[in-house]
Amino acid sequence: MRPISYSRVSDVGTAIGTVAADPTSAFLAGGTNQVDLLRIYVEQPRRLVDINDLPLKQVEELPGGGLRLGGLARMSDVAEHPTVRRRYPMVSESLVLGASPQLRHMASVAGNLMQRTRCTYFRDTEVACNKRSPGTGCSAMEGVNRGHAVLGTSECCIATHPSDLGVALMALDAVVQTESPAGQRSIPIDDFYLLPGKTPEREHPLSHGELVTGIDLPPLPVAAHSRYIKIRDRESYEFALAAVAVAMSVVDGRITEIRLALGGVATKPWRARAAEAALDGAPATTDSFTRAAEAELATAVPHGMNAFKIELAKRTIVRALTEMTQREGSA
Amino acid sequence: MSPAIGATLNRVDGRFKVRGESRYSAEVQVTNLTHAVVVNSKIASGRISAIDTSEAERAAGVLAVLTHRNMGRVATVPRLLPSLAGLAAPGQSFFPMQDESIHYGGQPIAVVVADTIERADHAATLIRVEYETTPATTLLDQDRDRAYVPERIFGGLLPGQNSRGDVAKALAAAEVCVQATYRFAPNHHNPIEPSASTAVWDDVDRLTIYDSTQGPNSVQLTVAELLGLPPISIRVVSHAVGGSFGSKAMVWHHPTLVALAARHVGRPVRLALTREQMFTSCGHREEQEQQITIGAAADGRISALRHHKYSLTSRFDDWAEPSLQSAAVAYTNPNYEGVYHLVRGNTITPTFMRAPGEASGMFALECAMDELAERVGVDPLELRMRNVSDTDPSSGNPWSSSGLRECYQRAAELFGWHDRDPQPRSRREGQWLVGTGMASALYPVTQPVNPQRAKARLYNDGTAVVEAGVSEFGTGVFTAMTQVAADALGLPPERVRFVGGSSDLPNITAAVGSAGTSAVGSAVHVTVCELRDQLIRRAVADDHSPLHGADPARVQVRDGKMVLSDRPDVGETYADLLHRTMTPDVEVLGTWNPPPQDAGYGIHTFGAQMAEVVVDAELGVVRVRRMVGVFAPGRVLNRKLAHSQLMGGMLWGLGQALLEATRMDPRLGRWANSSLADYLVPVNADAPDVVVDTIEQHDDVVNPIGIKGVGEIGVVGAAAAIANAVHHATGRRMYELPITLEKLL
Repeated sequence: MRPISYSRVSDVGTAIGTVAADPTSAFLAGGTNQVDLLRIYVEQPRRLVDINDLPLKQVEELPGGGLRLGGLARMSDVAEHPTVRRRYPMVSESLVLGASPQLRHMASVAGNLMQRTRCTYFRDTEVACNKRSPGTGCSAMEGVNRGHAVLGTSECCIATHPSDLGVALMALDAVVQTESPAGQRSIPIDDFYLLPGKTPEREHPLSHGELVTGIDLPPLPVAAHSRYIKIRDRESYEFALAAVAVAMSVVDGRITEIRLALGGVATKPWRARAAEAALDGAPATTDSFTRAAEAELATAVPHGMNAFKIELAKRTIVRALTEMTQREGSA
Repeated sequence: MSPAIGATLNRVDGRFKVRGESRYSAEVQVTNLTHAVVVNSKIASGRISAIDTSEAERAAGVLAVLTHRNMGRVATVPRLLPSLAGLAAPGQSFFPMQDESIHYGGQPIAVVVADTIERADHAATLIRVEYETTPATTLLDQDRDRAYVPERIFGGLLPGQNSRGDVAKALAAAEVCVQATYRFAPNHHNPIEPSASTAVWDDVDRLTIYDSTQGPNSVQLTVAELLGLPPISIRVVSHAVGGSFGSKAMVWHHPTLVALAARHVGRPVRLALTREQMFTSCGHREEQEQQITIGAAADGRISALRHHKYSLTSRFDDWAEPSLQSAAVAYTNPNYEGVYHLVRGNTITPTFMRAPGEASGMFALECAMDELAERVGVDPLELRMRNVSDTDPSSGNPWSSSGLRECYQRAAELFGWHDRDPQPRSRREGQWLVGTGMASALYPVTQPVNPQRAKARLYNDGTAVVEAGVSEFGTGVFTAMTQVAADALGLPPERVRFVGGSSDLPNITAAVGSAGTSAVGSAVHVTVCELRDQLIRRAVADDHSPLHGADPARVQVRDGKMVLSDRPDVGETYADLLHRTMTPDVEVLGTWNPPPQDAGYGIHTFGAQMAEVVVDAELGVVRVRRMVGVFAPGRVLNRKLAHSQLMGGMLWGLGQALLEATRMDPRLGRWANSSLADYLVPVNADAPDVVVDTIEQHDDVVNPIGIKGVGEIGVVGAAAAIANAVHHATGRRMYELPITLEKLL
């Protein structure tokens, strides 16, 4: 490892001041992804500012009925939080289905949103990667790309965003709270993730030293009827091949409210707006679900080994909607 | 008669391991220690045209940067020879860093030594390498048209082809033929402890290597040949080994590289391979394809088997894992043809891995058998029963012991096989299609070639220490040896200590091919029996012993006492005898001479595997619900250890079936998933309900303790049972491993 200086801070102002003042510095929270990237030289900060002592670990009620997850709240704490489980089951489920218990005890929710792609070429500093070394090309396009994205891709990058939590938050229209020397900002989750386009190295609209202090879950009654399903090769400790976050209400056989997002298939946590549009007001039938899935994946672009993800994503959407309907029916 | 053998003795090393007190090879305390990091080639074929180490050499804490220009030269490059032979056992007939040529991705090209691991690691990134790249072959299909049939494979131990009868004629005459081609992704071992070596030179000709290995003596002999030193100059110590699965069965480059580096810097050097380096430094199971044709009568009786394997080997060696051995003798079939076809590629020489050969060869045979069962309309279990061979079909010799029929029957009972509806896709539970499948398990018993030795010493307080140069890499061998020695000496296990893990101890061949426990166990048994007999002879010859004048053959040992067989009240303890005769201890060095491989018997281990899977009808996800494995491994030394090992093997079979695949990027000539996050092995959540049982068979041919080994047989057939269950669930045949969900969408 390169020599790195390390400091531990206890208030937000010092944290963002220290990082903002030094372009070669970075925040260190749970470190479960970041330390990995340091070890393989993909990220090479000269200074780490440890923010684990900042008072950002709470899960608190917001006026108006929402919930704020502190940026440093641990994945396991949020997953087990009774209010989260009751009002936003998909958030809890997405967390429990991610990583391993040990990692969930370490990793923060803000860090989870900020984690980097697991694209093998991004992690190999010897090969071309537009995300890691802009302008060098994309090795995944014709490489080992079974895990790569079919939605939101560009000619520069097909790296999948790995977060499960981000998918649930996308379905909920969560809002990311940040703080920087310029002040505080609220960033809608959809804007918090950028599509790769021609600048895949830029994943978030954050300035250097801007810190995610919290994540606001809006008051959303339908979210109490939500779930997260994740399809993968093995039963635990693996990223999704396809995942669906869904919240839905059905009245008299018609869908009156629908929130749908996809994971494991896109370059960012993917709000399935085309599918939502097809489902809104439609009868809650397999036909509707299939049409919605077709609509959402119409723009999908396969790249060799990952072509199966298009069909898998469609079927996973249908599965999630069917299960929600059955649960609604039996409830 | 054997109170300790067969009992469920807890692991003698268990307490140290769970308390973190076992010292692994990268944890041994050494003064003045330095740390090495290996730099690996980023290309798969070509040469280093320039290498600039100046910046690395100037980096803080760096003691040396070694490349092909200044790395010590090896005295000789010994030829690959499986470590079972008990001689020098290099993993490949090549040693790196002797010139600028590059033969495979990940080949070591530099070693950096520094005062801390972090500084060595950082300096390694400062080395600038320029390559001249030549075209590389890293996939079987890239060079398939240049496949050749080797004269011999496996370090010369096995022929490249084998036949009996007339296969072409028999297939032409067969009423039913099943023909299928199976493809296997490359696999890597992934033990939890990556290989590590620590080298300490006490003098120019006194080297100690702490090494993570399945065979301390193999390391000693191999490093001695490479360094041009006599074996007496080298001591290899292996206190604890965190798993291996074949990755530490052969001797790879790291112990020699670290010895050369330590000699260069004049200080002890430690080298721990990284997880990523474990994918290019210790061999792997090669990418392969197997073509199989079974000819049978309408009632399913097999008349012919043709079995060809195509696989990728290295530039240096004619290596193929021996996939055709068990399939050739699994069933009665008078006409057989087995041929290995090799394609030379830019890879490290592949190596042993988890039931080497048979895990893939029996997969092909047992999946084809399932197709045959379907074609002739016979229950898969009944088909196998019809084809059981009571003799070794390759020689006509009787089996030393079998138990295969009993395994089938017991497995069927435990599993509830007989209720099965043979119709594919006949069972559905909600989204899940449910299916069951079975397979036979066979694994050859390979005898060590050379004498196996052990030493036993009984002290005058009635405790005994038994020593042999075997390492404990997770199998429980130290525990089993404690039991073997305790029984023969008539001592409770807590009064016996087994010591292993050093090349200074009596010579034992590397513990490979499921032969580890039988090799050391036989040596220990022979040795402690001789010690016991000496003590009895002393007693009956001693005027003052209550046993004076007795016939030694009529003296038994039990509870630390020698007594008359027919009058157990007459006798004395070992301690009494030794105290009275003022003898501090009695020691014996014993030797077991293994029988020749062809001793007039077919020697194989047999078993039966059954599995129930569920397949998501829409999403293709396969999950294994339960597995039953019943095996006949001769005698079982320790039920708990044996069943744990067999269960572990079955779960590795699950991994082979559903998860494990190393993916080559042929453009780079490098693996694209060299991490535990990307190379999937089963986790606890994948583990189904696993039932293991053993059918004990008396076998006095195989070795004096009658054991055939349980290290690999649990793997064999497990993947086939799962694939056959997937067919039963879905109606779809799986011809490629692993069975990932896109194959079932």
